[in-house]
Amino acid sequence: MLRKLLDKIEPLFKPGGKYEKFYPLYEAQDTFLFTPGEVTHGSTHVRDALDLKRLMSMVIVALIPCIFMACYNTGYQAQKILHAAGEVKLPETLWDGSWRYSIMDALGINYKANRGEFLSFGSLLPCLIHGALFFLPIYIVTMAVGGTCELIFSIVRKHEINEGFLVTGMLFPLTLPPNIPLWQVALGIAFGVVVGKEIFGGTGRNFLNPALTGRAFLYFAYAKEISGDKVWTAVDGYSGATGLGQINAVEPGTATAAMMASLSGTYNGEKIAAGAASWWDAFIGNMHGSMGETSALACLIGAVILIATRIGSWQIMAGTLVGLLGLSTVFWLLPFHAAAYHIPPWWHLVIGSYAFGAVFMATDPVSAAMTTKGKWLYGILIGVVTVIVRCMNVGFAEGVMLAILFANTCAPLIDYFVVQQNVKRRLLRTA
Amino acid sequence: MWNYSYDLFSLFMRAVFVENLALAFFLGMCTFIAVSKNVKTAIGLAIAVVLVQTITVPTNNLLYNYMLKPGALAWLGSNFKDLDLSFLGLIVYIGVVAAMVQIMEMILDKYFPALYNTLGIFLPLITVNCAILGGSLFMVENKYDFPQSVVYGLGAGFGWGLAIMLLAAIREKLRYADIPAGLRGLGITFVICGLMALGFMSFQGI
Repeated sequence: MLRKLLDKIEPLFKPGGKYEKFYPLYEAQDTFLFTPGEVTHGSTHVRDALDLKRLMSMVIVALIPCIFMACYNTGYQAQKILHAAGEVKLPETLWDGSWRYSIMDALGINYKANRGEFLSFGSLLPCLIHGALFFLPIYIVTMAVGGTCELIFSIVRKHEINEGFLVTGMLFPLTLPPNIPLWQVALGIAFGVVVGKEIFGGTGRNFLNPALTGRAFLYFAYAKEISGDKVWTAVDGYSGATGLGQINAVEPGTATAAMMASLSGTYNGEKIAAGAASWWDAFIGNMHGSMGETSALACLIGAVILIATRIGSWQIMAGTLVGLLGLSTVFWLLPFHAAAYHIPPWWHLVIGSYAFGAVFMATDPVSAAMTTKGKWLYGILIGVVTVIVRCMNVGFAEGVMLAILFANTCAPLIDYFVVQQNVKRRLLRTA
Repeated sequence: MWNYSYDLFSLFMRAVFVENLALAFFLGMCTFIAVSKNVKTAIGLAIAVVLVQTITVPTNNLLYNYMLKPGALAWLGSNFKDLDLSFLGLIVYIGVVAAMVQIMEMILDKYFPALYNTLGIFLPLITVNCAILGGSLFMVENKYDFPQSVVYGLGAGFGWGLAIMLLAAIREKLRYADIPAGLRGLGITFVICGLMALGFMSFQGI
């Protein structure tokens, strides 16, 4: 039926038709829903089921656990805080007017009485809906604004709308904190799509990851709003630092586990514990942070899918692991004073957005290194820079995003040297 | 001793990544953009800049400390105790840079004629490259001592060279990119520089 409808309206978009200019829009719908009917006619002919569209769709599939955890955890953290705040005092006014809470009231969800354990059966649906009410607006704005930019470019420059945007549009909201104002989301994704990608000619020509470009733009342009204490939990008036943010503030010498457990935030002046109690909590994702980054487990599932389907490069992921663990072990063993140096290597893996960045951002096939040896080096560079920024830079609590951007700028040069080395070796062999 | 060498090491890293002459101060842009069309030439220029910086910054440091700075000429006798020649700074630094570049040029012409030809006019232009002069001026401003100035010169040159090699590699990669007509050439290069600076911002504040 869809096919018939698409066939019926196709003449309208063909050259000479009424909506000729909007052909890219039609084409995107058509090929998204059906495998295109065209066949290659020239002499070079690659037969492979894995085209760009399937590749990008697989990334979305791999992201599903992360999206699930993003919605669930945003809701869970909010309910946990509201519940704890309820014992202190119940400032009804804070959420009575909000449309999100009106919707939840209408659905009959009692967000104040939730006493369920993390990921317990009873808390699953309420938390999921609660979080989705925060995640979806951000996602919709991303798709609408980013999609419009993409559409304008594809109409003016007459190229097809590319599925790469589906992935960018999915990754970008996951890197954002839940309480971010929507106009910042719009600005960030517009910058990412236009400056990060489209002015280079679209998907495949950019040298920085578009989602990260947008994220970094927001990070530096609105540093106060996006990296303070207020944004990480979906409750107005609650402020609490992320794990890495907290580490810069504590006394030197505090053990990481104790520090994470004692993480607390304030809600209308009252202290409320908000930390991940153990390494396992942090691994599964029971802590606050950017929406998609909290759960290392969800990213791990994504990594398995990406590696099994050979879409993400395992060399890059392994490289980041080597770099991160290597340098953080050195820092951990050396006698430094600042608390940030003393985060044990295994904690480095689960706090912050390391897992998310290494699995989904670093492996972007366009902006990463292309050669096999280059991939290793590129991955190790990301790991090393991440630890350097996390431990040595008091200004920035989190380093993965910046490390990947830095490695993106280095990737072409790494490739160049690897290729040159190969050329030299082969010359020697035939000489 | 350990502390001092650690300080020198962090000075080097800071000069390369944090206070990168090209991507944090945007110095030496003319050469930076003109000679970054392919990696090979960029590497040549990078080496030239590292050499010139490593020699001129310490030389200028000696000149400043023993001749130009207020009271530096005290070793000539008590008559010169109050003499302040620091107003001659710019001319002296430029002179040292120019002399260095001349010597470099002769050496390259004699021993590496291929590199000499690809660098072309940009080799003598290093003389007026603001990154080189900037290195000396930052050295004076930050009051580095002699070992520090050696390390700083090396780091500043290396940072600038790294940046131009990165830019050249990116431009080579983008050679076949379908860039909008209005942005081709210089326009997109400036955008790339900006985005690279974004990547380098991770080190700010270390």
